[in-house]
Amino acid sequence: MLFLDHIWLIPLLPAFGATMMFFFGRKLQKQAVDAVCVGVVVLAFLLACGAVWQYTAYAHDNPGKPYEKILYTWLGTDTGHFNLVKKDGSPASFQADAGFLLDPLSSIWLLFVTGVGMLIHIYSVGYMAHEGGYYRFFGYLNLFMFSMLTLILGNNYAMLFVGWEGVGLCSYLLIGFYFHRKSASDAANKAFIVNRIGDAGFLLGMFTIAWYFGSFRFTEITALARDPQLFRIGDPVITAACLLLFVGACGKSAQLPLYVWLPDAMEGPTPVSALIHAATMVTAGVYMVARSNALFVLAPTAMKTVAIVGALTAIFAASIGLVQNDIKRVLAYSTVSQLGYMFLALGVGAFAAGVFHVFTHAFFKALLFLGAGSVIHAMSGEQDMRNMGDLHRRIPITHWTMFIATCAIAGIPAGFFSKDEILWQAWSSERGAYWYLWLIGYITALMTAFYMFRLMFLTFHGQPRMSHEVERHIHESPKSMTGPLVVLAFFCLFAGFLGWPHSLGGSNRFERFLEPVFAREAHVFAAEGQSGQLAAGVKEEEHTSGTEYFLMFLSVGAGIVGWGMAWRAYRHADKGYVEPIAQKTPSVYGVLYNKYYVDEGYDYAFTGRRNVGKLRLGAMGLGEASSWFDSRVIDGTVNGAGWITRLTATLSMWWDKWIIDGAGVNGPAIFARMLSYPMRLLQWGLVQWYALVMVVGLVGFVAYYTWH
Amino acid sequence: MQSHILSIILFTPLAGAFLLLFVPKENKDAIRWIANIFAAAGLLVSIPLVPWFWQQRFEPGFKFVEGAVNNWIPSIGAGYVLGIDGISFLLIMLTTLLGWVSILSSWEAIQNRVKEYYIWFLILQTGMLGVFMALDFFLFFVFWEAMLVPMYLLIGIWGGPRKLYAAIKFFLYTLLGSVLMLLAVLFLYFYNYRQTGTYTFSIEALYKTAPHIFHDPAYGATFAILLFLAFFIAFAIKVPMFPFHTWLPDAHVEAPTAGSVILAGVLLKMGTYGFVRFALPFFPDVAMHPKVRGWMIALSIIGIIYGALVSLMQKDMKKLVAYSSVSHLGFCTLGIFALTPLGLSGSVLQQINHGISTGALFLIVGILYERRHTREIAEYGGISNVMPVYATITMIMFLSSMGLPLLNGFVGEFTILQGTFVENWRWAAWAVPGVILAAAYLLWLYQRVFFGTVTNPKNERLHDLTPREVLTFAPLIIMALWIGIYPKPFFQILEQPVNQIVQTVRPGYPGAGGAVNASVPVSSAGTSAQLASENAKGNK
Repeated sequence: MLFLDHIWLIPLLPAFGATMMFFFGRKLQKQAVDAVCVGVVVLAFLLACGAVWQYTAYAHDNPGKPYEKILYTWLGTDTGHFNLVKKDGSPASFQADAGFLLDPLSSIWLLFVTGVGMLIHIYSVGYMAHEGGYYRFFGYLNLFMFSMLTLILGNNYAMLFVGWEGVGLCSYLLIGFYFHRKSASDAANKAFIVNRIGDAGFLLGMFTIAWYFGSFRFTEITALARDPQLFRIGDPVITAACLLLFVGACGKSAQLPLYVWLPDAMEGPTPVSALIHAATMVTAGVYMVARSNALFVLAPTAMKTVAIVGALTAIFAASIGLVQNDIKRVLAYSTVSQLGYMFLALGVGAFAAGVFHVFTHAFFKALLFLGAGSVIHAMSGEQDMRNMGDLHRRIPITHWTMFIATCAIAGIPAGFFSKDEILWQAWSSERGAYWYLWLIGYITALMTAFYMFRLMFLTFHGQPRMSHEVERHIHESPKSMTGPLVVLAFFCLFAGFLGWPHSLGGSNRFERFLEPVFAREAHVFAAEGQSGQLAAGVKEEEHTSGTEYFLMFLSVGAGIVGWGMAWRAYRHADKGYVEPIAQKTPSVYGVLYNKYYVDEGYDYAFTGRRNVGKLRLGAMGLGEASSWFDSRVIDGTVNGAGWITRLTATLSMWWDKWIIDGAGVNGPAIFARMLSYPMRLLQWGLVQWYALVMVVGLVGFVAYYTWH
Repeated sequence: MQSHILSIILFTPLAGAFLLLFVPKENKDAIRWIANIFAAAGLLVSIPLVPWFWQQRFEPGFKFVEGAVNNWIPSIGAGYVLGIDGISFLLIMLTTLLGWVSILSSWEAIQNRVKEYYIWFLILQTGMLGVFMALDFFLFFVFWEAMLVPMYLLIGIWGGPRKLYAAIKFFLYTLLGSVLMLLAVLFLYFYNYRQTGTYTFSIEALYKTAPHIFHDPAYGATFAILLFLAFFIAFAIKVPMFPFHTWLPDAHVEAPTAGSVILAGVLLKMGTYGFVRFALPFFPDVAMHPKVRGWMIALSIIGIIYGALVSLMQKDMKKLVAYSSVSHLGFCTLGIFALTPLGLSGSVLQQINHGISTGALFLIVGILYERRHTREIAEYGGISNVMPVYATITMIMFLSSMGLPLLNGFVGEFTILQGTFVENWRWAAWAVPGVILAAAYLLWLYQRVFFGTVTNPKNERLHDLTPREVLTFAPLIIMALWIGIYPKPFFQILEQPVNQIVQTVRPGYPGAGGAVNASVPVSSAGTSAQLASENAKGNK
């Protein structure tokens, strides 16, 4: 088991690449940077393939058992004397290992993260060839791969959190890659801080789990949670933990209300948008919820929340995507919307379907972003679709590969299987109690097809709308860029067939592969049959296939109708083309175009970057108030105490000088001196005066006796 | 050697100060070399302590004890008694490390009165080490007050424009606290005499008698609470806890860079150390008193959030870092008063982390200040373009300060919050926004100083870090990574003392040290089971 035993090398290889770039990057030639940074990711991909291959053999011998490899104890000690007290009052060792876990769920992520990651590294060699900070870019990309792989391979929540914050950091660094631009560093800060809000929720969720289960390890927690003797469905602590974890997922996977950072994240270089903000990092929330499935099934309220938030995010983001003009922003909102789909699937209990959509989405969304990058590359950096048009003959490979991806996301051939699966599960879960979720999902599918084909028509068809200067430079991208496009297009076409549903005579290999991770859920649902939760397996037997066929027909129809609408509106788009929505309902268009004014609202209410009248709210408002309080009230009190001490000192000095020393000590002296004054007149010490007094006295004396 | 190691560590800096007295003050470079050599020697002599301590990390009680009770001034019962446990061990290592780093960082920053500067700095170093080693309250109090004077002079002579105001504020504020503490200790001293018939300041003797005051019908709970409050005010001022914190921003802003590093890195820890070493074991019942504890927790949480909010709006970099200390130290006191092994050990670890990260942050601010003589954030922008190495190091230390996993800050914060959560989840929930705000104020600062283009022409020709400056950061970065990636040794060092304290304060608490089955690694089961049983032997 060579590969399995060295599974920790998979994340460590890219970490090595990043370290090399950190120390020596500036002195290295571009070729050397390529060799190290692309090399380690290729190696990681090969190791990952080897590990998954060996895991299938391992799983064959140990059915349903994940493979775990523990390197050392990371947090806490392994002595057994360093304990926390659980909710039930018993002690449990505080211990989180640097451990790795491979099971079907992490296998899937492992394969597409290293695979897509490798393709995007290769693509970046061409895309970033003329950019400054080449080594820095690849160092960050490698660091990202390390974090993402730690996230999916970690065997406990704390390790997952290492990757979780790590990918957030890399996202921050890469969004702010062009740090000269204020918009880029603003977007980077926004991404990190919004993610931190989610992380705070995740942290609290993790603390709750440790407090309740006494462990951070997935295998231990899952085993405990699946023991029907221990916990009942609807356990309030588990519900709270799940909701808190979901807050984290909302941050990382850009769900309402924390989705705001993702559209802005498009400030980063396009390969970054493809790798981090479409294919891999943003699906971390889905991974985490799927990983915690044993907990979520015990918390129907949390499941319901996940489903509803997912569905609302899906339609909300799709509606914004309808009218955006920046090619990357359309894709960004589409990502938010597709992530919503995935959470919808998880929320209705269709974990495998959600994961399947992550898988197909990784290919088509990475392809779409890389295609968009290729378009931007050809257009000399132009991202506004209003200034594009008629590119399909000039950059044919980009056009055809993007077309395949667009069909996939619209649910026409390949993406069909995953999206249709989600809609079907939404329709059939809880005996149709969530039909409104299906409706939202269905409308979203229609919108998705429309905005994606709008993107295709505006970019590749219609009249050319760019300046002559730009037009002369249009060229197909180099092979290192088109190569990954073609490979991804291949996967877009065929990856979906892994999940060929039973009802169409397929075997749904994908779902079967994931069975050991999610299988027990079906069991719990079945046991809980009365309350309405139904097992995925039971469901399919109960419903007639007829409904399923009809829904399939409807969802393919949605794709084709969306395509047709976009075709009608934009096929001849010239310089003065009008948006159909703007024409019919300008007010709705305004709201959508301005993204429902959510960013502005957040600036008023939460960040405080905008003032409400003269009043500043939010964090900055609180900060200002606290600063005022600190310098005036608290420090004022301290200085006041000092001032009063000095005043008292001055007063007592005055008292001492004038009252004690004055009235008390010197006063009697002065009084005595005053009293003595007349006497002193008599004894002045002047001999003439004595003579005078004597003479006057003598004269008086003589006169007295003379008259009497 | 082992029996006198503490004295050697304690007096090495003082010996340097003594030697400096005989160097003519014109000979500045010789003075610098001697001071640096003695600071490095101070670090070097403390290094043998690491393996020696490691061997006995699970053994109960104080280690490396030297001197005997009442041997110094027998007539009043004062003794020269030194000794350490895991908590003071880590703080001593932090002190010797930061002492060396900050003396190294002063090479160019200090140009006038060089001789006095280094003499006072080395005396300060001895004072701080003594505080963490003393096992006699009289001795402790001597060091506690002795280190006040050098710090006062460092701020007052080598400080910024408002240095006198800041120095006097620092001195008087701290002194106010010390006086109250002295009164309380004198009471404990006489109370101990009444109970046992001997006059002694020995801490271990006071540990035995002081807790009885709470239940003594002659004094009672209220009186014990008052005594606790006397200690509390002394330590809360030092930490500083909200609302006793306003001396800190002034002292930091005015102090020279190295002074700020030591002030934030070590001096503040004396407050938290005081809580752990004295306030909790002297008054266990007061510490567990719901009202007292509620207030302590509330002040800690207010400190976390409030410090971060005030930080957010600062225009002066150093003031921003100073207020961030209030927030970080709030986490430390929160962990202490959570009174769980996790909270306490997280708190001590976070004190070390704060010393490393915030020490580095002050060095970072100092480097820009040396080049531009201003700390106004608005004066900067686009520094990444001219000082890339500096920008990278700053980013690492900012990330460490905001608690990114695999760097030191995370380990401490996580353990504190987990330890607080199991005690009362609401406390942890209130503290967690501090983590978000930390990211906000640090990243916003980073954006304003480092990102963008250079708009101020004065910043165009700033030179990047010199090798000496890189050398000052290297140990801090290495420590940050070590604690972040492999904190187990630190947890093991803290395991015994924190369990001991929790057992003292809340006897019968199920989480204080009784062995439970640690989850044994699957693939390396042999070795770690062995280790666990080995450890279990020494950890009774």
